[in-house]
Amino acid sequence: MSIKMKALLKSPWVFHLCSGSCNNCDIEILDCLTPRYDIERFGMLLVGSVRHADVLLCTGVVNKLGESRVKRVYQQAPKPCVVVAVGNCAASQHIYRGSYAVGKPLDEVIPVDVYIPGCPPKPEAIILGVVKLLEKLKKG
Amino acid sequence: MSHKVTIPIGPYHSLQEEPEFYQLTVDGETVTDIDVRIGYVHRGIEKVAESKSFDKIIFLVERICGICSTSHPMASVLAMEDVSGVEVPDRAQYIRTIVCELERIHSHLLWIGLAGHFLGYNTVWMWAWKYREIVCDIFEAITGNRQNYGMMKIGGVRRDIEDEYLPGIMKGMDDVLRALDMFKGAVLDDPVLAARLKGVGILSKADALSYSALGPTSRASGVDKDVRRDDPYAAYDRVKWNVITQKDGDVFAKAVVRILESYESVSIVKQCLQKMQKGPIDSDPKELPEGEGIGHAEAPRGEVFHYVKSDGTNSPERYKVRAPTFMNFPTFKATVIGETISDATIILAAIDPCYCCTERMTVVNRKDKKTILTGEDMIKMSQDKTRRMYKRMTGKELA
Ligand code: SF4
Repeated sequence: MSIKMKALLKSPWVFHLCSGSCNNCDIEILDCLTPRYDIERFGMLLVGSVRHADVLLCTGVVNKLGESRVKRVYQQAPKPCVVVAVGNCAASQHIYRGSYAVGKPLDEVIPVDVYIPGCPPKPEAIILGVVKLLEKLKKG
Repeated sequence: MSHKVTIPIGPYHSLQEEPEFYQLTVDGETVTDIDVRIGYVHRGIEKVAESKSFDKIIFLVERICGICSTSHPMASVLAMEDVSGVEVPDRAQYIRTIVCELERIHSHLLWIGLAGHFLGYNTVWMWAWKYREIVCDIFEAITGNRQNYGMMKIGGVRRDIEDEYLPGIMKGMDDVLRALDMFKGAVLDDPVLAARLKGVGILSKADALSYSALGPTSRASGVDKDVRRDDPYAAYDRVKWNVITQKDGDVFAKAVVRILESYESVSIVKQCLQKMQKGPIDSDPKELPEGEGIGHAEAPRGEVFHYVKSDGTNSPERYKVRAPTFMNFPTFKATVIGETISDATIILAAIDPCYCCTERMTVVNRKDKKTILTGEDMIKMSQDKTRRMYKRMTGKELA
């Protein structure tokens, strides 16, 4: 295991990228930080800049205006970087599929590692998703 | 010597929950102009609505905005009931009121938390969101989901509130009351917060009226309007409550309005729980006749307005939504300009903006590759349209 990967697994810093969500998924992500769920006890920290991020939590359908920007944000993240699609919108475009404003699904714009379904997924589900991802990375 | 600098904020800025793009023009420390570009969360909901059946539209509009996720369906079913004229059973009216008011409490607590976060007062954020969980738990118990409740239905509600839950909800409301008492003490009497918020970002009553501000944004400026009282829907005319207004119009007044409004909401929920009688919750209409209908409801941020035009089939011919932030947005011009850059964030946050509600327009496929329209473009388009209509109706060119 590379030293970079080792550091990532020890304390994954997450960046929250919202591109056309209804806000609920975003609130549930922020909720993970607040006293009841408190993901900081797993060493996770929400960071302000994508350049510090190990994990991208993406919410929402990617609309046409946001598509190129989402790609840019992903390119700015240092690699290795794992991408988590939070919510049905990010995973499958949900109820908006076919809308004129919605372009490609998220996993065609950037590579996605984990999908967390739910509308919105509960904070427990988000935490479980990220923890499972880390376990998988640990195994190789 | 003046040094004008443009500061871009966004679109994917860490402070913002949603993507939006502000350009602040500053001269030294003072903001001299502001420009906002939105459209990053536009999803074409009105157009999608035209391809869905009326039953599904309620779920669709619920997903316009996660925080007002019962105000939009509320306005939507009101619009559809306006078309069909169906009667809603009493118990359903009370349940609707309860869900709407619980949502207001959770939304206001959420705002208090975010406002604290924007001020760098993270303790308030953690507290507020901790007590918000009480409301989320109640939601989970009675609707099955923490957000996006799926309770509204044309002619009634989808789920009944079982009697076993009543004591739990009552106790939850008492806990929320205690939390609100603490906030009232901790936030409103705090000298630092008062120094930071009083006299900042003042929206005068005249401005609030001329910008047609809505909800707490206008009520904090002394404009006494509230759809719940002025055109009662659900069971708001059967319970006792007050419309909260403040005079100052600054950020502090907006915070006061939100905290005091939460008290009213708690009292409304309690009264509804006591007054609710056993009975049917749904009149189960089978079809929607041809016609047009409107519905409006007081969301935590102001009035949401829905319009539906039905042609007798099972999906609408036209669906239109107006969210409160659409009206509250332009007040930035009155509140931010002249303030310092450090106050700009909290002033922008003070209207509790909700971009996912507001983003209703985007231009696709224009030849000149311009995807954003300016105010002038829109005025020109509007004038062109008037000209076209004039010509069609009179056969003459408009002078
Ligand atoms: S998955 Fe549901 S809650 Fe999440 S952004 Fe989409 S509509 Fe909103």
